[in-house]
This record gives sequence, structure tokens and C-alpha cells, in this order.
Amino acid sequence: MIEFVHPALLFILGALPIPFLQGAIRKAYLLSIPVLAILAVLAMQPGSYGAAQFIGQDILIAKVDKLSIVFATVFTLMALIGMVYALHLTEAGQHVAAFVYVGSALGVVFAGDYLTLYLFWEGMAFASAYLVFAQGGEKAIRAAFRYLMVHVTGGVVLLGGIVLHGLASGSFLFGPIGVGMGPGTYLILAGFLLNAAVPPLNAWLTDAYPEATVTGAVFMSAFTTKTAVYVLARAYPGTELLVWLGTAMALYGVVYAVLENDCRRLLAYHIVSQVGYMVAGVGIGTELAVNGATSHAFAHILYKALLFMGAGAVIYVTGRRKLTELGGLYRTMPITVALYMIGAFAISAFPFFSGFVTKSMVVAAAGEDHRALVMLALTMASSGTFLHTGLKLPYYMFFGTDRGLEAREPPGNMLVAMAMAATLCVAIGLFPRPLYALLPYPVDFEPYTGVHLTESLGVLMFTALGFVMFLKALDPENTISIDTDWFYRKGARAFMWFAERPLARYEKAVSDMSETAALPLLHGSARAGLRVDLNGVDAVVNGVAHAILDGGGVLRRLQTGVVTHYALAMIAGLIAAIAVFAVVWR
Amino acid sequence: MIKRIVDFFGDEAHARRRLRLFYLVLVLIVLADFVVPREHAEYLWERLPGWSAVYGFVSCVLLIFVSKFLGHQGGLMRREDYYD
Repeated sequence: MIEFVHPALLFILGALPIPFLQGAIRKAYLLSIPVLAILAVLAMQPGSYGAAQFIGQDILIAKVDKLSIVFATVFTLMALIGMVYALHLTEAGQHVAAFVYVGSALGVVFAGDYLTLYLFWEGMAFASAYLVFAQGGEKAIRAAFRYLMVHVTGGVVLLGGIVLHGLASGSFLFGPIGVGMGPGTYLILAGFLLNAAVPPLNAWLTDAYPEATVTGAVFMSAFTTKTAVYVLARAYPGTELLVWLGTAMALYGVVYAVLENDCRRLLAYHIVSQVGYMVAGVGIGTELAVNGATSHAFAHILYKALLFMGAGAVIYVTGRRKLTELGGLYRTMPITVALYMIGAFAISAFPFFSGFVTKSMVVAAAGEDHRALVMLALTMASSGTFLHTGLKLPYYMFFGTDRGLEAREPPGNMLVAMAMAATLCVAIGLFPRPLYALLPYPVDFEPYTGVHLTESLGVLMFTALGFVMFLKALDPENTISIDTDWFYRKGARAFMWFAERPLARYEKAVSDMSETAALPLLHGSARAGLRVDLNGVDAVVNGVAHAILDGGGVLRRLQTGVVTHYALAMIAGLIAAIAVFAVVWR
Repeated sequence: MIKRIVDFFGDEAHARRRLRLFYLVLVLIVLADFVVPREHAEYLWERLPGWSAVYGFVSCVLLIFVSKFLGHQGGLMRREDYYD
């Protein structure tokens, strides 16, 4: 019996043959890899695998324990569901990207050291960005580019933190940070928080996910933020800061969801909100809280994928994504409506659906830890979750004003994938024990008590009453909402303005100045120099040369070669000398 | 079967029955909240029957109006071509 086959390897190496396969063989292959990965996770034994040395550091490719197994289980399950949903796609690119994305996420989940973790972390960023690029069109490409920029920046922050932390602690092994928080550990935390979409580092998510392809968004909703929850649970349990950040983001997402008109952006804001519960759970850090965060991540991946699949099906069929343009689809898409609603009940934590048995663990953990404010805020966020994903979105998308859209049920593979996720959402809600058995700590928690049932139903159904009474106030509006991406979108614009206006003008002024003033001056002085050179220096040199030449000619004429001439000259010279002596020395 | 259930929630013809059923469920939930045993109540509000109904309703109304206020008066909502 093989103890450990790295599922990341299955997916990443498994991506290579995809472009060379066709038709039914490709479809069978696409499904067989996730199935093999699920089996690999089921057969896994806790322990350390792939220990090695690299540049003098300890490397641990895979560390298997209960926490990594529970995340790997849901990741591989989700990979199978996502693949079924994407099975109708003919182009290989998205399948390859999805495989590399899932493989990288699994690589992070098993990483035993920070360097391995970092490699897979970056792999996730690039593979997932492709799923937005693949949508094509200017808006998607711009959003994908922003997504990539944000994640690469986050990756650099993480790498910086890893190096500092490694230098400070002397080890790159990945484990609980403990009490010694230093600059390195804060940078690592910032890198993790960025991927968990904690405000103000959240806007990459709500910016990019609605622009991704219909099938790509399903994968994206499952992996990046939940990998971040995993690494937070691994390294930072019990960090007080996370309690407050998590609680704030649970409400943050809900508030923005009220304003949203784009159906997938609304769902994306609910990822922010739901991940808030998990971050808060990790921050509380008790056994119950970490169990709650982990199980909620498990349930969340399935119901959020189901919701994205439902919204994706509507976009696939109608080509529209704005709530102001949708409505009345329940007649033509009843199965989609029913499956979507199962996801909606699960995210809203209705009894007998998965959210009920997981979210309540986090809230109960806050209560046990004497955090009344956190408990109340999280309960309020639950109300908001049902208000939007359970009432507002389906009302305006499927019911409401009938806009006479031509619609039908989506392709069979999409419905099958949704049914798979829906089945799991109900199964976890009805039979939570198998999930509880997977959790990192022993579970002593009973979700189905009388008071818990009536309290949950009270909060949810009276939220519905508020919805019925104030329906008009919730009408979607044809607007977009400003989030923290404002800073880099407008910031980039300001930078470009600075580059195009003041900087370019300065550059132009300098070049104008050199063209109009400096260059003619230089040209003039060069010409003047040439003139001086030609007329002055050359003339002198030429004159001297001519004089010497002429003098030579005269001398040549004097040298006649006739001895009598020389004798005559000597006599004349002698006479002259005597005459001089006679005059001077008298 | 699914189509009939979905139609019940969508079709205007069932509006009155839908609403009556809804109010009935609300009443039942509040009544049930009065009879369930509460031995582990840690906080004050957990001991008040019907509290969750009030809190759910208030939360919903607060979220709608605070968010819309932030959107309209706080300037969070902008025209769609804001970034173009």
C-alpha cells in the first residue's frame, strides 16, 4: 500500500496531456484525475514526506496531518465537481489552468516549509489569473491584470516575510508562529491576509471574480481564499487581530452586497463575508473555534461553488449578469432555481443545510470565549447573508419582473455538477458527524438543539419579513460600488497622469530648450570654430609653409655650383666684413 | 415536482397563499421559541424568548438602510462608467 501520493503532483503533471486529448477521451481523463486525487487523499497516512536539503535549508514537500487532510479532501472533491461543471468546454487552456490552480492549492496545503509554500502560492496566482484572462474582452483583461498585479505584490510581501522570518528563527519550516511576532511574521501575515481578502486588501476578489469565465469563477470561489484560511489556521491561531478583522469583514461584505447589481459580484462580496467567520474563528483560536473555521471552510467551498454555478448557468444561458436586466427565469429554469436555493439555504445556515452545522460552531466559539460583541455582529451578518443570497439575488434573478428573456436549463453537465454540490450541502447538514470526524480537534458540539433551531429560524425568517416589507428599498440600481480598488485604479491613473502631464511636459521642455537654444548655439560655435580653423590657423600654417618653400627656392637659385661665383661671394663677404670692422672698431 | 414547487414561489396566482403560509411560519417560530428549554443560556438575550426574531428583523432593516445610506449619501455607489 502506497502511503502517500502527492495530489498536487497528480494535478500539475496531469495537466500536461490535456491539450493532446480530444472528445470523450479528454472528458474521461479530466474526471479521472480528480477521482484519483480523492483516492490519494483518502489513502493518506499522517506523517512527513519528501524531506530534503536545498541551499542549506530543510525542505519538507509534504506534511500530512488532520488539518491538511480535511482541506485536501474538500479541494479534491471540489476539483471533481468543478471539472464536471466545465466538461462542455472545448478549449484546453482553461482545463490546464484549472488543474495547475487546484494542484498548486493542494501543494500549499501540504507544504511543510515556507519555500515550498511560496512556490505553490505563486503558482496559484498565475494559474487563477488565466481563468480571468480567458474570458477575453477589454474589461476582463484589465481586471485580470489588476488581479495579477495585486497577487504578485502580495507574493513579494510574503517572500520578504519568509526571508526575514527564516533569518530570525533559523528555520524555514512552516508551523505555528507562536508568540514571537516580528517584522517577518507580520509580513507573512499580510501576505496571507491579502489572499484571504481581508479588507482593505479585499478588492482584488470582487474586482476579478465577476469578470472570470463562467466555469473559471467556480474554481476561483473555492481555492484562493480557503487556502489562505488554511495557512492562517496553521500559522496564526489565536491571533487577537484576526478576531476583529474577521468580524469586520463579515459585516463589510454584507453591506456591499446590498449595493451590488452584478450577480457574481454580489456573491463575491459574500465570500468576503463568509471568510470573515473563518478568519474570526482562527483568531479566537480555541479548539472549537478552529474546528468551526475549518468545517465552515469545508461547507463554504461546496455551497459557494453551487451559488457561483447557479449564477454562472444564468449568465451562460442569457448572457446577462446584471440584476436590473434579469428576472422571471423561474419558468424556464426551475431545476437551476431549486439547486441554487439549496446553496442559498446552506450559506444562510438554515437548519438541515451545511452552513447550519458549521457556521454555528464559530458563533458558539465566540460565545464560549466571552465575546458577546463578536457573537452579535456575526449573527447580524448571518441575517444579511440570507437577505442577499437567499432572498434578494434569487428574487431579482429568477422571480421579480419578467423581462421575457429566452432561457432554458443549462447543459446537463452543469446541472449534474450543481446537483453533486447540492447533495453534499444537504448531506453535511443532515449528517454532520463524518465531517466533524475529519476536523483537527475532537468535536463536542451538538448543532441540533431546540433553542439553536428556533433562534436560527427566528433570525432568518424575520429577516425575510424585513425583506418582504422593504422590498422596494432593495431594488437593484444600475451602479457600481467603490471599494478599495479605487486606490490602485485611481492611483494608477494619477501615476499615468503624472507621467503623461508634468513628467512628459518637463521632458518636452528640456528637449525643446536643447533644440531651440542649446543646439543652435553649439552649431554656431562649431561653425565659428571651423571658420577660425580654416581662415586663421590654416592660413598661418599655409603661409609659413609657403614662405619656407619660397625661401628654399631663393636659396636653391643662389646655389649655382659655379666656383667663381662662390669665390666672388666670399671676396664680397670679406670686403663687407672688413668694412664693418673698419666702421665699428675704429 | 420541482417545477410545481418553484412555480408556487414564483407565480402571482399563489401570492395570497404564499403570504399566509409565511405569516403562519413566523408565528410558529416565535411560539416555539417560548417553549424550547434554555439551560445553557450564557447571555441575557439568550434568556429572552422571541429575541432572535426581533434581532433578525432589526438586523435586516439596519443592513438595508445603513448600506443604502452609505451607497447614496456616502458616495459608494457610482455610475457604471466611473472608471472608464
